[in-house]
Amino acid sequence: MKILIVEDDLDAAAYLTKAFREAGIVSDHASDGDSGLFLATENSYDALVVDRMLPRRDGLSLISELRARGIHTPALILSALGQVDDRVTGLRAGGDDYLPKPYAFSELLARVEVLGRRKGTPEQDMTYRVGDLELDRLAHVVRRGGREILLQPREFRLLEYLMKNAGQVVTRTMLLENVWDYHFDPQTNVIDVHVSRLRSKIEKDFDQPLLRTVRGAGYMIKDEVSA
Amino acid sequence: MLSGMATLFRTTAVRLSGLYILLFAACAAFLVFYVTSMSENLLRQQMRETVLSEVAEIQDVFNRAGMNGLLRTLERRARQPGANLYIIANPAGEILAGNVLSLQPGVLDRDGWTETPFRYERFGDEGKSERHAARAEVFLLSNGLKILVGRDLGEPEHFRGLVRQALVVALGIMGIGALAIWYLIGRNALRRMDRMSDASQRIMDGDLSQRLPVGRSGDEFDRLSESLNSMLGRIEKLNEGLRQVSDNIAHDLKTPLTRLRNKAEAALAGKTTPAEYREALSEMIAESDQLIRTFNALLMISRVEAGSAVAEMLPVDLSQIVSDCVELYEPAAEEAGLAVTADVAPDIHINGNRELIGQALGNLLDNAIKYAEGAADGRICVRLERDGEGAVVSVSDNGPGIPAEERANVLKRFVRLDKSRSKPGTGLGLSLVEAVMEVHHGSLALGETGEGIDARGLTATMRFPAAVPAKA
Repeated sequence: MKILIVEDDLDAAAYLTKAFREAGIVSDHASDGDSGLFLATENSYDALVVDRMLPRRDGLSLISELRARGIHTPALILSALGQVDDRVTGLRAGGDDYLPKPYAFSELLARVEVLGRRKGTPEQDMTYRVGDLELDRLAHVVRRGGREILLQPREFRLLEYLMKNAGQVVTRTMLLENVWDYHFDPQTNVIDVHVSRLRSKIEKDFDQPLLRTVRGAGYMIKDEVSA
Repeated sequence: MLSGMATLFRTTAVRLSGLYILLFAACAAFLVFYVTSMSENLLRQQMRETVLSEVAEIQDVFNRAGMNGLLRTLERRARQPGANLYIIANPAGEILAGNVLSLQPGVLDRDGWTETPFRYERFGDEGKSERHAARAEVFLLSNGLKILVGRDLGEPEHFRGLVRQALVVALGIMGIGALAIWYLIGRNALRRMDRMSDASQRIMDGDLSQRLPVGRSGDEFDRLSESLNSMLGRIEKLNEGLRQVSDNIAHDLKTPLTRLRNKAEAALAGKTTPAEYREALSEMIAESDQLIRTFNALLMISRVEAGSAVAEMLPVDLSQIVSDCVELYEPAAEEAGLAVTADVAPDIHINGNRELIGQALGNLLDNAIKYAEGAADGRICVRLERDGEGAVVSVSDNGPGIPAEERANVLKRFVRLDKSRSKPGTGLGLSLVEAVMEVHHGSLALGETGEGIDARGLTATMRFPAAVPAKA
């Protein structure tokens, strides 16, 4: 995967480049809006990480200009502005995700990976499969080893999101945003409890664990045996 | 004194009353002019009628008694006090008889009523000749002699003089009165303004508890003072909040920062195994996450309190938000051994911000879970119901509750009751809820759940104003 980082803080950019490289992601760096726009237009990237406040051309105008030119590379906006409306403005400008500063790198990484893979994931997959776990999106049925597992509607959506991003880390905030569609800070471990309930339902009576907790980051559903 | 007068003349009250007096005087002058000219006209008409009736009488006498009778009649009439003017002249215009010495030339040349007043001379009371103005009727007798019957204009002129004099005196009195009123009103206004400026000066010097003086009359000065005072109250509250925040930031942000620094130092000092490094680093990350959380909450509260637009208000389904939040927190509550009941009225829509309401309700639920945890038969009850025009969301628990005297206190930023210091949290949760309610023009109230005596519990009530009709 190859991404473009548009960030005017050189220290932060160097840190991000290094951290992404360690996670196996190649990155280019632009330090102002204009060169960011140039690179994003000239090259093909899997995802863009764009700081909102940039010299010469701010991040939002960069993204809306790209969209106007018909380039739809998924873009994540980084911003020191974290108020409710700032996020809305960011997404309206054509951004695909919004992460307020300061952020945990694990959060950024998880989001960039989901964004970068989005290009290749066919949305029309009607059934997700991880190991012997099977989720039928149309019939709203979950089976493991041929046996049906009964889930609450929310648990179904939780599992659906996890399986859609199988093999990738999804953070608690990503779950809250994508499964519940809320962006606030829930203060406590509410998501963890939901996940552990789901886990007990899909792993009870089975030897093979599927839903892993990734320490300091979030959760990942993965077929450990075949991987 | 002179500069005092100068200041007095600069006051609005004095300027305004000056203008009033000017306008009033103009009106009065117009009125007097109108009245005098009307009455003068009337007098003139009367005069003409008198003269004409006399002319008719003279004609009559001449016709009956001839020239001799006419002369006798005129002689008699001319001697009466305040008599009219009588002249008999030959066709050439030379005066033959009458009570007039001389006449402005040309008056006798034309018949009929004289168009304009003319001058004439006659004997005064002391035998001296006097010049007067008069108007007259001139006519020819059948024998060719000219007769003039006129009337002195002294009377109307005297009348006009009187009116003018009255006008001048009245205006003088009015002017003096106005000056006195000017002085009193202006000085009074000036003194009140001075008191207000003095109070403002003291406030600007830093004493925000000062207020502008408010009188009992309820006039515009008092109303101005009152609204300025309520503005000052708001400023004082904001200022107080700011001071409280800076005090609290000192404590509640510096303490975790110190802990953070201490951890880093401890990890660096002495021999540390890689595992211990990892441990220390992840503790530091957790610590800084907490700091970020506090910081975000603080920013949001201060933005709300500063009154800036924080979030877009859209019609939202409050019932949905409440159900979502209950569903989100329910497992965590059950994990903490609490039973959750929800009584959510459907289809309540309000103008609001989904994220902010979610955050506020989340904070209340989080509090309820934290504090009711461990209570015997712990319960949390969430209720959404219509309340007249608006909607009310309440979160009740049967935890230890908050003593009535502490309730106002816990809404303040960073205030945590001593008992709760051991629990995780920023001390900003309720302040944030209150700020969110303020954005929605609603309110947050804390009360007791009131079940039993031992477990009084806390009920937090969010009251939203007017719900909007659900979209079809």
